Amino acid sequence: MKQGNFIDNLPKIYGIYTGGFIGFIIIMAIAEQMGMTAKAIGIAFVAFTVFIYALIGYLSRTAQADAYYVAGRQVPTVFNGMATAADWMSGASFVAMAGGIYFKGYGYMALLVGWTGGYVLVASLLAPYLRKFGCYTVPDFIGTRYGGNLARFSAVVVLTVASFTYVTAQINATGTIASVALDIPFQYAVYIGLISILLCSMLGGMRGVTWTQVAQYIVLIIAYLLPVFWISNKIGAGFFPHFMLADEVARIGELEAQFGFVKNSAADLATVPKGLAGITKAHSAVNATPWAFISLALAMMMGTASLPHVMMRYFTTPSVKAARKSVGWSLFFIFLLYSSAPMLATLSKLSLLDPNLSTGIIGKSIAEVQAIDWYQNWNTANLMFISDFNGNGTVELNEFFMGGKAVVLATPEIAGLPYVISGLVAAGGMAAAMSTADGLILAIANAISHDVYYKIIDPKAETAKRLVVARVLLVVIGFAGATIAAMEIQGILGSVIWAFDFAMSGLFFPLVLGVWWKRANRQGAIAGMLGGLAAGTWYLVWVRTGGSGFLGITQLTFGIFGSAVSLVAMVVVSLMTQEPDKATQKMVDEVRVPSGKTILGKQ
Amino acid sequence: MSNQEKHWEKSRGLLMITLAIWFVFSIGIFLFGAEMNEVTGPFGYPWTYWFTCQGSLGAFVILIFWFANRQEKIDEEFGFSEREDE
Repeated sequence: MKQGNFIDNLPKIYGIYTGGFIGFIIIMAIAEQMGMTAKAIGIAFVAFTVFIYALIGYLSRTAQADAYYVAGRQVPTVFNGMATAADWMSGASFVAMAGGIYFKGYGYMALLVGWTGGYVLVASLLAPYLRKFGCYTVPDFIGTRYGGNLARFSAVVVLTVASFTYVTAQINATGTIASVALDIPFQYAVYIGLISILLCSMLGGMRGVTWTQVAQYIVLIIAYLLPVFWISNKIGAGFFPHFMLADEVARIGELEAQFGFVKNSAADLATVPKGLAGITKAHSAVNATPWAFISLALAMMMGTASLPHVMMRYFTTPSVKAARKSVGWSLFFIFLLYSSAPMLATLSKLSLLDPNLSTGIIGKSIAEVQAIDWYQNWNTANLMFISDFNGNGTVELNEFFMGGKAVVLATPEIAGLPYVISGLVAAGGMAAAMSTADGLILAIANAISHDVYYKIIDPKAETAKRLVVARVLLVVIGFAGATIAAMEIQGILGSVIWAFDFAMSGLFFPLVLGVWWKRANRQGAIAGMLGGLAAGTWYLVWVRTGGSGFLGITQLTFGIFGSAVSLVAMVVVSLMTQEPDKATQKMVDEVRVPSGKTILGKQ
Repeated sequence: MSNQEKHWEKSRGLLMITLAIWFVFSIGIFLFGAEMNEVTGPFGYPWTYWFTCQGSLGAFVILIFWFANRQEKIDEEFGFSEREDE
């Protein structure tokens, strides 16, 4: 594959790909009419898309360090935006977000604001400067800016803690979807998911991951938007839901007032299967204190700017200018999905609640609901549950329970869409989880192979040997992640949020001050990274083991405490020790202007 | 003041403006979430609800592109822009 020609032809290649995928959806729809079973459709969707990704991964194989670590630094802005969006939107965004909004409303929507607002920080504080630096990995920047192996190693530690927390959640999500779609036990499905993930990244490194992520973005955005538009049209809510659901939002408010939020007794709740929840909070009312909302949003924003797998995507652009623009495109592509999640939550809730709609179940008799096909399916999958707590024979709002994932996975079926849409959604969820897992595993493996092995242990290693080490690490880390995921220790969303908190605790200020404060020195950075990570971890453990916490900082926002400690430690220690030498100061000056060679390119 | 110092001063000024706008849409308006939600906003949604679904998110997208263009102009003004384009 000729790189030059390939880059020029990207719009055409992905245009044909998108057309081909839509053609595949149509073929599946026809096959469904002709009697193809739901199970076969699910398998076809997942197998077909994973095969395409693996093919792209194979075609992108490389033996060059530049291509393996930063895709040869020639990814055009818009395509890098798509790849970053896929890298960013994980199984949690795709499968769990609409569910979270469905159950928790406003308080949860802080995540929407946080996971988008963070990109402003990325664009203005970090991405263009790190691109100018010309590093392969985030610890590469820390190690060169502050100097010394200890600083570099501390950055690798923070990166690994944050990314590994995140990646187990993604492999878990891949496994969940593979197990539903392929109908195999979760313990095996996790490894099938892992092998699919490794197929994309093993041979081509960052280059392979970039081009598969673009392909995955196209699948996941079609899979998310198509059902939202279809359902909205089907229930007559409007042909463009984003601008037309105000009446539906108001109607949900009316219904909530009519049904009332009845609190269930602890004894009743104990009979509900684990992981399912009922609607206990108003849909569009402000139900959280300003601080609860803002602290969660703030933690997610600062976490966004510290997560290495996102930052590393901007190392692949051709120029500093392109890196800035690319952040804008990334957020635009993310916006397409995030602005649709609340619409999906609204449509899903209205379909289930409104007695005027044929799909509404509140107020119907228990026996009638138990006889519905989709209820039986999702009840068997342990994602739906009804129980007649008050014994009046009809389903009340407080007697209906659903798993968070069901909002995305089951709504098409509830609204009466053909099964082909459910198959498409499964493929989309798989794409979302795989693309993020790929980015994360690569971030960890690259940091260890480049920063620990090449820069610290064996600086004379040849390229071929370095790439072998990188690939072996990729597999080892993948398997470690899958093994932990198979144990199912924590939920998908919880561990994703923790990853952000870990990253911001240890990396936010050392990264930002590295560019914006010349006086920051090695001792300060090390104190900031290790102190922040330790403080954040201590706070998390303290709150988890019954500690009361302070200032309203919860286990979901512990990064606010961690990063505050990191900032103070970094500033105090920097000022107490010697200022960085002339060469370092000059280096910072050069990072601040886009023109000229990259810092590392000169050495 | 050298050319580079002037460039950096202007870049820092742009950063401050960008962060101020960012602050308004990510934090400022949510200080008044409850009050603002009483008022009907764009497309008939309550204001705060609309901001969390679309408004703030869209504002961030526009803000980043605006920032990127302004920073490019500053780089050009002081002769620090990259010669080769993508």
